[in-house]
Amino acid sequence: MSKHHIEAKVNGDPVEFLCETEDTLLDVLRDTLSLTGSKEGCSSGDCGACSVILDGRLVCSCLVLGCEVGGRSVETIEGMAKGETLHPLQKRFLEAAALQCGICTPGFLVASRALLEKTTNPTEHEVRYWLAGNLCRCTGYDKIVTAVMDTAAAMRKG
Amino acid sequence: MRYEAPESVEGAVALLAGAKGEARVLAGGTDLLVQMRADAVDPELIVDIKKIAETRAVTEEKGGWRIGAAVTGAELKEHPRLKQVWPGLVEAANLIGSTQVQGRATLGGNLCNGSPAADSVPALIAAGAVATLAGPKGKRDLPVEDVMLGPRKLALTKGEIIVSFLLPPRPARSSDAYLRFIPRTEMDIAVVGSGVSLTLDGGGTITAARVSLGAVAARVLLVQEAAQAIIGSRLDKAAQDRLEAAARAACRPIDDKRGTTEFRIDVAAVLTRRAALIALDRARTS
Repeated sequence: MSKHHIEAKVNGDPVEFLCETEDTLLDVLRDTLSLTGSKEGCSSGDCGACSVILDGRLVCSCLVLGCEVGGRSVETIEGMAKGETLHPLQKRFLEAAALQCGICTPGFLVASRALLEKTTNPTEHEVRYWLAGNLCRCTGYDKIVTAVMDTAAAMRKG
Repeated sequence: MRYEAPESVEGAVALLAGAKGEARVLAGGTDLLVQMRADAVDPELIVDIKKIAETRAVTEEKGGWRIGAAVTGAELKEHPRLKQVWPGLVEAANLIGSTQVQGRATLGGNLCNGSPAADSVPALIAAGAVATLAGPKGKRDLPVEDVMLGPRKLALTKGEIIVSFLLPPRPARSSDAYLRFIPRTEMDIAVVGSGVSLTLDGGGTITAARVSLGAVAARVLLVQEAAQAIIGSRLDKAAQDRLEAAARAACRPIDDKRGTTEFRIDVAAVLTRRAALIALDRARTS
């Protein structure tokens, strides 16, 4: 069985790649496209470390097949900063020390960005439920939740 | 392993019916990919049904709603009208996993995964949803409560897929609710789930009801005795007691680390009463 030839967009750029049926989007991003910002935590959709945005929808890239993304648009952590300019969430995470080991951080940032693109004024309750599928074993979540709330407030002020 | 993404129901059925080895339908993939990764399944063929328009549409039909089998929980939540008519079903679909999972997980997949603890299934059964199946012998309709036979066992024959679900027309003063118990607030599998749908007359008396319980038997149950216990009542204390007793009597749960038999039976009674009260409150204001 020959490999699938897939054309898609990743972070706005056209990409093409070859993949086997069983290769997940996470496998393709990390191993074929060398975009290693998305992390492999559980490979079962429980930890959120591999979170990406697929056609505007937050998903776990470990639960998507590479061959499903033909013609579709994928946004990863690598597309979040614009050149040297960090996204406000990235800046705030650094300032507020909303990370320790950093493995979960790309997933939290991508998921938080998806939330702030949906609502500019989330409650703490909404932030916590939205991020329930992103696990962090270091921070205890408070600093992450605070950083997201603070970023939302700062972005509302412009 | 072959991957096919046909654009027609007939195409999907032909592929599945003609498969020599194990074939699996891919909708949201939130169960299938996990099972593949765990080597629990090793299909020769994967048929992705998301390019088939009928599986992805939400449309009004005969006064009711038809929901494609591959519509995601997130899409149900964002639908402008579904949440008003079937709030319990939309809530149930959005209790499945995380935000990420809700962006992919589908009603058809939740049912066909064949878990007695599937959150959207009691809500579908309480709603009186009918699954429209397509197979090598054509289309047929099957009430959702008859689709699942036991854990991982479905009434679907080789080559058959669920294309969509039809929710019946909703009379005035009708609503539904779904509650589940898990030991945390999010991201867990139901220890017990309970769905209630009911209709009131102008005086507030229940004229129709359906009650369904999940995770308390080998399949999700339609509990007709529980519905009968409250039809004709205004859900007063006596009717609530009858409802709880009927829910209890229907339970045949396993005993495992997530809940003992005794605990599950108690929780089934409490959740069913609470879900009925929520549905009643919603029906009064609908």
